[in-house]
Amino acid sequence: MSDALITPRSRSLAPANRPDGVLPVALDGVRYRADGATLLDQVTFRLRPGRLTTIMGANGAGKTLCLRLIQGLLRPDDGQITYATGPLNEAGRRRIATVFQRPVLLRRSVIGNLRHALRVYGIPRGDRAEMLADLLHLADLTALAHRSARVLSAGEQQRLSIVRALAAEPDLLLLDEPTANLDPYATRLIETLIRAAEARGATVVLVTHDVGQARRLADDVIFLNRGRVLEQSPAQEFFDTPASDAAAAYLAGRLLL
Amino acid sequence: MGDAITEALRLVAFGDAALWEIVSLSLRVSLTAVALACLIGLPLGALLAIARFPGRGVLIVATNALMGLPPVLAGLLVYLLLSRAGPLGPLELLYTPTAMVVAQTVLVTPIVAALSRQVIEDLHQEYDEQLRSMGMRTWGAVMTLLYDARLSLLTVALAGFGRAAAEVGAVMMVGGNINHVTRVMTTTIALETSKGNLAMAVGLGLVLMLIALVVNGAVMGLRSAQAVPRHV
Repeated sequence: MSDALITPRSRSLAPANRPDGVLPVALDGVRYRADGATLLDQVTFRLRPGRLTTIMGANGAGKTLCLRLIQGLLRPDDGQITYATGPLNEAGRRRIATVFQRPVLLRRSVIGNLRHALRVYGIPRGDRAEMLADLLHLADLTALAHRSARVLSAGEQQRLSIVRALAAEPDLLLLDEPTANLDPYATRLIETLIRAAEARGATVVLVTHDVGQARRLADDVIFLNRGRVLEQSPAQEFFDTPASDAAAAYLAGRLLL
Repeated sequence: MGDAITEALRLVAFGDAALWEIVSLSLRVSLTAVALACLIGLPLGALLAIARFPGRGVLIVATNALMGLPPVLAGLLVYLLLSRAGPLGPLELLYTPTAMVVAQTVLVTPIVAALSRQVIEDLHQEYDEQLRSMGMRTWGAVMTLLYDARLSLLTVALAGFGRAAAEVGAVMMVGGNINHVTRVMTTTIALETSKGNLAMAVGLGLVLMLIALVVNGAVMGLRSAQAVPRHV
């Protein structure tokens, strides 16, 4: 996969910049409890269009939970999440696409998974063939189009999962540790895809533990610790001068207590 | 005994008209019953797997329990419904193949519903978050799950067919085992054995076993086709 793939080939996949998109998205005083424990507390941040935001923090900090709340898979117990389009309805939800840490692929071929996504996202029948070819090309999976998705390697499955999300032509692409357990080459391919997603108009939120990856990709960083936002700042500022002891300890690879 | 088996093989091999008439009716009745059971049982199974509503747990327990419904009880229920004094008496369906189809449908529907619920629920647990994140509504999710579980659901249907084809008590009660009208393999085997005509009984037994083998072979074939290769 070359960087040339970042350039969109399809008219229908051209950068969106939709005036009626879901962004900006703002979390205001969000609290989420489960089994008697407060997992997120007074979480407030804002996702700006066109900025790649990484959410960082130790295991159990609440990063994945934030993505599920933004996607509308969970509802906050307190506080609110506001979208530019107003309350998150079905149409708004389809403007947000999520890629999970462990890709959930249908028991179909690679192309079968993409066809299903295009149908679900309501892409006009006449545009689907061009988009299929484009998405397969983007993920470098054209040669594997008719192979069962479940026999792909972990990296190939994650690439398929990402281009399936791009089939929605999302305003907001939520990536939950997409390179966990991948080797450096597979990681690089995923990062190229993330750049391609941005080039196609998606605003990306990336949950990652990989500090190097965050340094390479992030425009903004949100740092969570024990369910609270400790920092939201431009990436360079966060990495150079972390404002909290917890963030400094995290970046230095020390145990957060 | 040896003579009976030889005669039975002759009946099967040379296509005895009486034997094949019985086999044909048996297959028509059981296949129709399984088709009806799938029409009712698959949506019911999907509903129980996906929807959350009051009484769902009770319904699941009931369908699971009804999988073991004794055939004579199903036969009695259908008999009471179709007898002259019953609510469906005016239809005059008792002692017809239709009555046998109804009885077998009553027996097979809980099997299809309970097994398909389990299959769909397992797949739903795996797909749920992904499908919701794609903004899919319940109906769309059901269709996706039914399509992706189609091979497992076909196995469920074959299991239901096995139950229907091997059943004797219910069809005896509501069909009456009338020659050339409602006589099927299992009821004929029971009758001919009691008459001492072992050749016909053994011949039909062989056909029944052959059908069971084909059904189980088909199930195994489907499972093999469904398995994901481990070496790739």
